[in-house]
Amino acid sequence: MSIRVGESASAPSFQKAALPLLEDAQLRRNIRHATDVIQRKRGLVVAETTDWQELRSAASAIKAHTLRYLDHYLVQFEKACTAAGGQVHWAADADDANRIITGLVQQYGGDEVIKIKTMTSEEIGLNEALERAGIRAHETDLAEVIIQLGGDTSSHIVVPALHKNRSQVREIFRERMNLPDLSDKPEDLTAAARHYLREKFLKVKVGVCGANFLVADTGGVCIVESEGNGRMCLTLPDVLISVAGIEKVIPTFQDLEVFLQLLPRSATGERMNPYNSLWTGVHAGDGPQHFHVVLLDNGRTRVLADPEARQTLHCIRCGACLNTCPVYRQTGGHAYGSSYSGPIGAIVTPQLLDMRYGQSLPYASSLCGACYEVCPVKINIPEVLIHLRGRVVREQKSALDPEALAMKAAAAIFTSRTRFEAAQRLGRIGQWPLVSHGWMRNLPGMLGNWTRVRDLRALPRQTFREWWKRRAKSGSSGPKRKNGDA
Amino acid sequence: MHSEPSFLRVSLFITCYNDTLFPATGQAVVRLLERLGHSVDFDPEQTCCGQMHYNTGYQQEAMPVMRRFVEIYRDAEVVCIPSSSCVAMIRDHYPKMAAEQADPGLAHAVEELLPRVYELTELLVHRFGLEDVGAYYPHRVTYHASCHSQRSLHLGDVPLRLLRNVRGIDLVDLPNIDRCCGFGGTFAIKMGDLSAAMLADKMKDVENTGAEVVTAVDTSCLMHIFGGLHRQRAGVRMAHIAEVLAPTEKDTEGVVFA
Repeated sequence: MSIRVGESASAPSFQKAALPLLEDAQLRRNIRHATDVIQRKRGLVVAETTDWQELRSAASAIKAHTLRYLDHYLVQFEKACTAAGGQVHWAADADDANRIITGLVQQYGGDEVIKIKTMTSEEIGLNEALERAGIRAHETDLAEVIIQLGGDTSSHIVVPALHKNRSQVREIFRERMNLPDLSDKPEDLTAAARHYLREKFLKVKVGVCGANFLVADTGGVCIVESEGNGRMCLTLPDVLISVAGIEKVIPTFQDLEVFLQLLPRSATGERMNPYNSLWTGVHAGDGPQHFHVVLLDNGRTRVLADPEARQTLHCIRCGACLNTCPVYRQTGGHAYGSSYSGPIGAIVTPQLLDMRYGQSLPYASSLCGACYEVCPVKINIPEVLIHLRGRVVREQKSALDPEALAMKAAAAIFTSRTRFEAAQRLGRIGQWPLVSHGWMRNLPGMLGNWTRVRDLRALPRQTFREWWKRRAKSGSSGPKRKNGDA
Repeated sequence: MHSEPSFLRVSLFITCYNDTLFPATGQAVVRLLERLGHSVDFDPEQTCCGQMHYNTGYQQEAMPVMRRFVEIYRDAEVVCIPSSSCVAMIRDHYPKMAAEQADPGLAHAVEELLPRVYELTELLVHRFGLEDVGAYYPHRVTYHASCHSQRSLHLGDVPLRLLRNVRGIDLVDLPNIDRCCGFGGTFAIKMGDLSAAMLADKMKDVENTGAEVVTAVDTSCLMHIFGGLHRQRAGVRMAHIAEVLAPTEKDTEGVVFA
């Protein structure tokens, strides 16, 4: 079985991938600016709701229930979708899904497809698979167009090109659309993209999309978007193929009430998405006449089997955790080596990849909890990160690993007063070659990572417990009730 | 609260790093609590809460450390901890850890103990009902809200309410107060470059306040923030909130020699 998550098959560890990004001042400014703007907008539209926490709880409960009965709801979706004239395919992994989609495009005689922005297709590397079969995939989401024309990779789940500013977009369009006189005014850039895309919308016969929600009781596929390009892809082609993770199913049409309030506010800071499309089967003379849904596992059932990490599958890909994350803020998404970046990527990617990148991604967080606070479906990301770290230590760390040895030694120290006090004394004695004027500025080994940018005050002459002991002996302890200064 | 005896016997869990590296924090806690009329107990058998092990993935190693904590404090009247991240470790993770041990006695002991465990400012404001502790601290101070204090303990403005009542203080708001400083325990070592980048943001915010003292309910974040500021000779020093709340106008230690 071959599982892929975007480009991570050959991606370096988070720490290594972060280094060149930290050097890129333009990228870092673009990311700070973009995430600040989205967060501010989100804050305003969340604050105006009166039942935000109740909505979060409802969404979390719906997701937990659906995952508990996923087998039932997927089959229900398949039946309803088929009854409405659609066709459902089941893909165990990325290769399977790519094979099914490539086969469908070839079956309908196409050598081009137009695409709505879909994270799932990035996860399985669909564009590359189609290209290998001689099929050209055209992205139609403005940001995805920028990424595709620029030969770049996405750096955000919702706004994939947020690491580019408009002068950089202008350069890409000038070069790739052959528009030497293009300005960097937003309206000119949009007009250029519209002109470029309109031709594709009218010509290409096969559309590929993802799904925000699969509605089990109606067999409908729901897609929300801001630009209207998605609506074009859903209505103009003869053939529409949707590829969706199995966790995208929700039980009923009514459940959209909850998610369509949470998703746009969390994702783009909008009360409602400008375009909300619901597609159920085929309708004669109206829209695509062939409709296929590819249900993708690609490691998801394995996540489902882990009770502590199962909540990962609640994710509705809103990207709010990326925007608020102080780690993502420094690097953007490219450091995460996967189409899924930020805090959610740090838990999704290693799980889908059977704990590959376990040694770096679950540690790419200070556990500050900002992600959990904003998550519209209440995924306790810090809790899952800690759980995954535990799995890494149990499953991947050799007993001779320096960190594992240090942790074992520390555990032995913390379980004995004698050893703890001995370690304190030893530290005080052993530190002297490293101390200069009461400070340590250059520690050896792993601790050198501390003193590369920070000083550390030398261990003091007496520990707290030594002070306490001396004070007790001198008889100066006890409450100062008689002083009257309380 | 009013039917209880007004003076409590407070068991101090000083935390491993304050004990070893920052005894002044503990001294200030003792001085403050005794000044308010309470008596303080310090059991020298105490070591650590297990947070470093647990959060880094060494959950098995954290287990005996947790058991030790529960043993030491199971009969305490109240436990005071001058560190929100250690309190968060105990509140958020001990119940689950105990449940995994298939030891109903331990799970019960944790459940019984948790309501008696307080972070210092929680103890002052929520248990003692105090917002003015009679402190005097004539310095320009900015308050860093640590992540665990905000998102796990939900302290909100509890520490700020105490600080606003300090005589002589010039308390200035820290911009982006809800943003992590980049410490994150072993994160600061394992992801040194990221931690440094986050620290740079925080230092800029601290320096822009013009404060000479940065305070917090966690010495661990301060060790990181002040460590960076000291490297740059920025002229800002750290003080745990206990060190701000302990001195009074009657003594000058907090003023001249802090």
